Amino acid sequence: MEKTDHLKLYKQMVLIRRLEERSAELYQQGKIGGFLHLYIGQEAVGVGAAAAMKPQDHIITAYRDHGVAIAVGMEAGVMMAELLGKATGCSKGKGGSMHLADVSKHFWGGHAIVGAHLPLATGLAVSFQYNHSDSVIICMMGDGATNIGYFHESLNLSKVWKLPVVWMVENNQYGMGTTIERASAVSEIRQKAEGYQIPNARVDGMDVLATKEATAQALEHARSGNGPFFLEAITYRFRGHSMGDPERYRKQDEIKKWQEDDPIGQYHDHLTGENIAVEAELDEIENQVEAEAVAAVRFAEESPNPPPEALWEHIYVNA
Amino acid sequence: MPQITYREAISQALWEEMEANPKIFLMGEEIGVWGGTYAVTRGFYDHFGPERVKDTPISEMVIAGAAIGAAMGGCRPVAELMTINFAFVAFDMIVNHAAKLHYMFGGQMKVPVVIRAPGGGGRQLSATHSQTPDVIFAHFPGLYVVAPGTPYDAKGMLKQALRQDNPVMFIEHATLYQSRGEVPAGDFTVPLGKSDIKRPGKDVTLVTYSKMLQISIDAANQLAAEGIEAEVIDLRSLRPLDLEPVFESFKKTNRAVIVEEGWKSFGVGAEVAARTYEECFDYLDAPIKRVAQLEVPLPYNRELEQSAIPKAADVIKAVKEVL
Repeated sequence: MEKTDHLKLYKQMVLIRRLEERSAELYQQGKIGGFLHLYIGQEAVGVGAAAAMKPQDHIITAYRDHGVAIAVGMEAGVMMAELLGKATGCSKGKGGSMHLADVSKHFWGGHAIVGAHLPLATGLAVSFQYNHSDSVIICMMGDGATNIGYFHESLNLSKVWKLPVVWMVENNQYGMGTTIERASAVSEIRQKAEGYQIPNARVDGMDVLATKEATAQALEHARSGNGPFFLEAITYRFRGHSMGDPERYRKQDEIKKWQEDDPIGQYHDHLTGENIAVEAELDEIENQVEAEAVAAVRFAEESPNPPPEALWEHIYVNA
Repeated sequence: MPQITYREAISQALWEEMEANPKIFLMGEEIGVWGGTYAVTRGFYDHFGPERVKDTPISEMVIAGAAIGAAMGGCRPVAELMTINFAFVAFDMIVNHAAKLHYMFGGQMKVPVVIRAPGGGGRQLSATHSQTPDVIFAHFPGLYVVAPGTPYDAKGMLKQALRQDNPVMFIEHATLYQSRGEVPAGDFTVPLGKSDIKRPGKDVTLVTYSKMLQISIDAANQLAAEGIEAEVIDLRSLRPLDLEPVFESFKKTNRAVIVEEGWKSFGVGAEVAARTYEECFDYLDAPIKRVAQLEVPLPYNRELEQSAIPKAADVIKAVKEVL
């Protein structure tokens, strides 16, 4: 990996963190409505996965989607505008936080019904196979999604039809406030893939380079016609499930323990410890990111609301 | 003009469109090697091959969902659900995804999927396999919900569904597959979202669709023998719902009976009657009547089941009440 690649990943992770902090403030100010699910703590998973994608690859995720949006290269202002419901947002203010997408960047959302994007990913993989392309789709999901029927139908069909898909679980230990042990018959999620004879692996989702490498291997497996691969990234969200989470289900000590493995802090130490970058360079990136976040919020706040007629647009194609 | 069955009409539409457009493929339970449980796709697997005629496991959520996903990816999938009763298993895919992705992502995604499913009662399949839940799907903006009642409309509307970019619930009727009708040999389409006057008349307006079109035409023919001329309007599509021909007819007849196979509560009749009252109140000479299925789950026993499904006699009785 080139130094510039390292710095790009570092910048993306810091940018996600800063934007999420701004989002939380904007939510508390009442400028962001609905639900807001922050990605803080999980940055290495989305950034690592997206970094492994080739230009022909695609990605789809659930409602905790801000990190993936930034990782695939969505402009921060466009994302922030969507959170504020503005006409300049990626979904023209009609989707909000849970429904970010940029199809031009092969990012298919942003889906808020748990597990429902798994059949959609299956179908996108069907389209790649049908067109004899060498595209692969990464389908990210939370650990909670592995308990829903969609998961099982999708994994089964992906194996039967040998579809080019990487199933990627972001195991952050909780489905909302319920621990894996209280919700899932098996706590090592990747074992669920064994039932469908889908090759699988576990990766440290707090380590961006390990996640990137594991995703790259998974993508090549799926690309070479071997069918799906299943990757479980172990991670943790430092904030609540959503902004309305009283967090009665976990102790501060637990959060503190995971924060010692902060994916950004770890990567920072790796970059300086391995002499890939010096402190001043990383400080400079953080300053750039701070300015970018400020500009993104300004762009979003200054953007217009969708016009009234937008209510009736895009219900049907050509109608 | 040649007479063909409703089954042949649907089969021809699929075959001709697949020959014309390589983006179209079929997926569903037993549609390939078996040839389709209603034999609509018999011969397709041998001709088009397994890539274009995809047998699936019994997994309605992912049948509908993967068809939607493949449509997002630029294909034109036709998903066949063995019966519309199984669409409940796939309900979230249809109403939360097919219907909403284009809107919710600001127009970035298109979902040109056709979901075919036969519905209706009358075949002694008991309560879970005999339903007519068409209105439930028609409730959702973003979907096209169509239910042709003749071979001509079935062929023309299915071809049209495969040439436009919106998700279509294409609801067939399981007891219509053997029915025959005139269908021209060449290429033609029938627009979606357009009602059609199937029989002109001046005394009363009958509004109906799908299998109940047959019942209504039968009733109209019997009424004609008594000198009562019923105008029969076939809705063909429930969403978009084209009521202009209904209003025009009603302004002439001042009386209407709405005939549907599903339950009366919150049904097609409720919607059509309400809108007719709103638009044509000054033309009203009698309360609008609704003929619909009795509000019971359909039982297995033949006589019990038949007693719950509307018949021509029920339509004739309702017409005489409004005259």
